[in-house]
Amino acid sequence: MQRSLMIEPVKCTGCKQCEMACSMTHEGVFNPARSRIRVFEFHAEARFVPYTCTQCAQAWCQQACPVEAISVDAATGAKVVKEARCVGCKVCTIACPFGTVNYVRATGKVAKCDLCGGDPACAKACPTQAITYVDSDWTGLERMRAWAAKATATA
Amino acid sequence: MKAVILGAGPAGVTAAETIRAHNPKARITLVGDEPHPPYGRMAIPYLLSGRIDEAGTHLRADPDHYRNLGITLKTGRALGLDAKARTLALEKGELAYDALLIATGAKPVKPKIKGLNLPGVHHCWTLADARAIAALARKGEPVVLMGAGFIGTIILEALALRGVSLTVVEQADRMVPRMMDAKAGALLKRWCQAQGVKVLTGTSIAGVEKGPKGLAVTLSTGKTIPAALLVVAAGVAPNIGFLKGSGVKAKQGLLVDAHLETSLPGIFAAGDVAQGLDFTTGALAVNAIQPGAVAQGRLAGLNMAGERVADRGQLAMNVLDTLGLVSASFGAWDGVDGGWRSAALDRDNFRYTRLEFLGDRLVGANLVGIGPHVGMVRGLIETGTRLGAWAKTLKRDPNRLPEAYVATLAGRRD
Amino acid sequence: MGWAGKILRVDLAKGSCTPEPLNAKWAAEYLGQRGLASKYLATEIDPKVDPLSPANKLIFATGPLTGTAASTGGRYSVITKGPLTGAIACSNSGGYWGPELKNAGWDMIIFEGKAKKPVYLFLEDDRAELVPAGDLWGQTVWATEAAIRAKHQDPQIRVSAIGKAGEMGVMFACIVNDQHRAAGRSGVGAVMGSKNLKAVAVRGSQGVRVRDAKAFFEATTKGKATLAANPVTGQGLTTYGTNILMNVINEVGALPTRNHRDVQFEGARKISAEAMHEKRPTDGKANLVHNQACFGCTIACGRMSQLDKGHFTVVNRPQYWGASGGLEYENAWSLGAAAGIDDLEALTFANFLCNEHGIDPISFGATLGAAMELYDMGVITTKETGGIELKFGSAQALATLVELTGKAEGFGKELGLGSKRLCAKYGHPELSMSVKGQEFPAYDSRGIQGMGLTYATSNRGACHLRSYTVASEVLGTPVKTDPLATEGKAALVKAFQDATAAVDSSGLCVFTTFGWTLDDIAPQIDAALPGGWTTQRLLDVGERVWNLERQFNLAAGLTAKDDTLPKRLLTEPAKTGPAKGKVNELGKMLPEYYELRGWSKDGVPNKDTLKRLGL
Ligand SMILES: Cc1cc2nc3c(=O)[nH]c(=O)nc-3n(C[C@H](O)[C@H](O)[C@H](O)COP(=O)(O)OP(=O)(O)OC[C@H]3O[C@@H](n4cnc5c(N)ncnc54)[C@H](O)[C@@H]3O)c2cc1C
Ligand code: SF4
Repeated sequence: MQRSLMIEPVKCTGCKQCEMACSMTHEGVFNPARSRIRVFEFHAEARFVPYTCTQCAQAWCQQACPVEAISVDAATGAKVVKEARCVGCKVCTIACPFGTVNYVRATGKVAKCDLCGGDPACAKACPTQAITYVDSDWTGLERMRAWAAKATATA
Repeated sequence: MKAVILGAGPAGVTAAETIRAHNPKARITLVGDEPHPPYGRMAIPYLLSGRIDEAGTHLRADPDHYRNLGITLKTGRALGLDAKARTLALEKGELAYDALLIATGAKPVKPKIKGLNLPGVHHCWTLADARAIAALARKGEPVVLMGAGFIGTIILEALALRGVSLTVVEQADRMVPRMMDAKAGALLKRWCQAQGVKVLTGTSIAGVEKGPKGLAVTLSTGKTIPAALLVVAAGVAPNIGFLKGSGVKAKQGLLVDAHLETSLPGIFAAGDVAQGLDFTTGALAVNAIQPGAVAQGRLAGLNMAGERVADRGQLAMNVLDTLGLVSASFGAWDGVDGGWRSAALDRDNFRYTRLEFLGDRLVGANLVGIGPHVGMVRGLIETGTRLGAWAKTLKRDPNRLPEAYVATLAGRRD
Repeated sequence: MGWAGKILRVDLAKGSCTPEPLNAKWAAEYLGQRGLASKYLATEIDPKVDPLSPANKLIFATGPLTGTAASTGGRYSVITKGPLTGAIACSNSGGYWGPELKNAGWDMIIFEGKAKKPVYLFLEDDRAELVPAGDLWGQTVWATEAAIRAKHQDPQIRVSAIGKAGEMGVMFACIVNDQHRAAGRSGVGAVMGSKNLKAVAVRGSQGVRVRDAKAFFEATTKGKATLAANPVTGQGLTTYGTNILMNVINEVGALPTRNHRDVQFEGARKISAEAMHEKRPTDGKANLVHNQACFGCTIACGRMSQLDKGHFTVVNRPQYWGASGGLEYENAWSLGAAAGIDDLEALTFANFLCNEHGIDPISFGATLGAAMELYDMGVITTKETGGIELKFGSAQALATLVELTGKAEGFGKELGLGSKRLCAKYGHPELSMSVKGQEFPAYDSRGIQGMGLTYATSNRGACHLRSYTVASEVLGTPVKTDPLATEGKAALVKAFQDATAAVDSSGLCVFTTFGWTLDDIAPQIDAALPGGWTTQRLLDVGERVWNLERQFNLAAGLTAKDDTLPKRLLTEPAKTGPAKGKVNELGKMLPEYYELRGWSKDGVPNKDTLKRLGL
């Protein structure tokens, strides 16, 4: 059974431990600006929403890439950027309707969530279980994906 | 089923793969007229700037990719089409098909200006062009680039990164006029000039002659500048010449319906060659961009494989990096009738955000010096998400778009 | 490594921003944040300067763990000479601002001089720029944040700003970041205003590194588990916030009420954490909507509250209908019990406004309480207040005056003097419930004896956060002591003071010490920094910092005479509760404390002490 990140904003306190875990895992520094998961703050609603790639089936980013720099990790289903191949053209950043592929000036390449190869650091770091890594059926992700399929122009 | 795909660019390759995914038995032939494995044109600038080698431009990294999928690669140029007989005439021999995809892309146009056939004048469109340019665009050499449209501007960066002494000549009043408004175009120009690139807008090239550096380029202002290389990026035209008399209807490009089928049943078109449904206007338009080519290629493949899937229209969108300044445009960036706009401009820091709305829906955007999550613009436009109270927030501060997106779309999952 | 290694010096008069390397020797001795910035301040300014003159400096400082994944590693402090007290001031804030500064590559910013015209500093990684702030002058903290983000087109910019109160020199003006996190005490906001500095806006993307990432991960993971397993940091604070103390402290008979006339408040329940959880009869919703963590915090004691839209304070003011920072215990006390007010919604509203305008709710509420006593005595009348009936218990007066004080208008201007100056002005200096000019927080030292010594000796004037002996005397951590006893309190206070000074210099939140001792903290710091950091070294840092601050204050003109409490607490016995009949017996504790500190009878550090600490 494939697993996915389940995000429950109700539980999130906005501590950003996930952002730090993500940037430390991928970049070796604590640097929320380089995290592939971002906690959005809605102060007036007292609401914090961790947000990252859903590893959608459409894989807009992967399809748009002109040099096959994004591929699917067979084990996790994650769409993974191969830094060595990425030319930094950024087409994937506009192709992804979720906005979860970001260009990183420091590297000249793009970065996105890769599920840490099946052991996501954000989920482990979250002190409130607002982010968990669970069987895909549980996540409501299917709904999210259905939305993507329906909503975006071509499916 | 015999599926023939003409044109081995992104549209063609994606279509071939899609057909295979949905029909394990189909006989698929992918025909290209260039002597390389299928490659992506848009990787050429990165080849020129030295970031990748030629293999890095290949659409699929694995050399056995096509063989593994049972896709026959064929090199050859199509000369004509007999739709009744369902055969394609190639330079050498014929190819019979049950379903045909025309994905021949576009070719650069050469304006009628004296001297454009001289040695040292090149387009930047194919790998062969890239090799020729690389040989001439040496550090410090004077280079003139004709055209600062979208593709011209991408080439601009590649040339500048090679260290040439670059002059860009654009006849319109600003850079990237079809993707950027005047404010954004002005920012780009000032930025490029600050990086040492000469940008002449409202200027055209009157003629080219041989000169001491190789070429002498005369401008509409009367001034003549030397050049070791002149790169012509003055627009493109779909590759449809070989279809003359075939009965496939065309205007700017091949007219296709929502299923990417041309006026002749069984013949499909996708990519730069196709004039298909535009998401924003609902009219048929040529959207010559990579993601559009891929999306259309995929849809065409699905329909050729018998899955009836309709196109809701391609959203015109571009992202551009001019020597470190990243900009983007989406959909109706110049606004729509009855709509409204929210814009913020910071000239000193090269930041510009312009969002176009109709009611409480986002319909287009122009962005310079962009922040993270730019793809959300596409998501909001294509889903037609009603922003409700967030529209007011965005009116005050258009840069809060990512928050608006998460609040209205993604944030409501629990 | 832990430290960014770089500080920014901003000369406001010249308009220049100059980077310089962090003084590594001092960093090794003072760790960071409170300690290190105090060292810079004490070295660079004449302790006798007028706090509101250009000669004072204002330092924003992070600690080595700020911006790391250590739980609560998100703090910064503002260090300056405080106008309220004339003593060294160090106010600590959470939220997200400090980590952003660190992530931009800076340990601290030192502001010097005074700008000719209002400005704000915009800092984006290495780029520092003073931007004219004429259009922001007079704006609220909240409006300032929105305007700066819009102007620079980046909603992720973090802003630390003053409101009108800071501009106008309200003596307890604070500096607010992330809407409701504040460097709250001692009037640091007034210093910022006196420099014509409206805000410090930062955006960072450089990253914070630690010496040994693996060891750091292990140490911080262990630390987080300890906090999670502790009933206070793992449950109590998370669920109820600090205001869980309201009923507890009331029971103990140490809840200062009506300007310390009483030690128990009959309305305590109505303004407690429990009440914040309950559904209101009016609209069926609870005051509390969610908890919020500061950066990196796994405790998440922060409250997010939403007002009853029909409440008189906000009935036609939709701008206050959204959620914002809710009541902490200190604020619930100061805005409530200190003035005898039990209207939870009014308190919450006042709290919102304190954040919006940038005033310290503790000093504001306590000053209001003092003014109410003066009104009760007939010393202040409606003539002075401009018609406001300043009755104890009046939520109306609270709501009106919090706004006037925030904007420094009308009688709010008088309150903006702080209780010491206000009471002196009206001829009753003894009614100011303060030490060194700074108002008490929410613990009556007649009911909790150790807190009397804490207040009297605190280097920044009355403050609970310099040695929170409540933890031991009431809550029983790390060991339970008798709140009414004085024996052993001198040692307890010293131990708390030193440990707290170390924590305040690290980037961590002092609330972790409900669950952590320095033994839990030392490995985390050690993994982040070079040079070997043990519990003992941290204690040394703490003691060094404490003595450095003391030296500064003595040089500023303070003496042992200032280490005292208002007469009321020393002579008027508590009327009710377990402490009934008790006064604070400071005299029994203070000499012992001086001795333990290695200070003379006059409270001056001995030569040996200074030498031992390398001062
Ligand atoms: C320098 C450059 C930079 C670009 N940068 C970007 C960018 O950043 N973003 C973006 O979105 N787009 C960019 N583009 C445009 C993008 O590359 C095209 O939109 C895309 O390649 C279109 O794909 P396609 O498959 O439709 O056509 P093509 O890629 O043009 O492929 C068509 C194929 O058909 C072949 N062919 C043509 N005629 C015949 C014939 N008669 N017989 C047989 N074969 C034939 C061609 O040789 C070619 O192999 C760039 C283009 C260039 C040249
Ligand atoms: S930026 Fe990199 S990963 Fe994204 S489309 Fe371009 S090459 Fe592919």
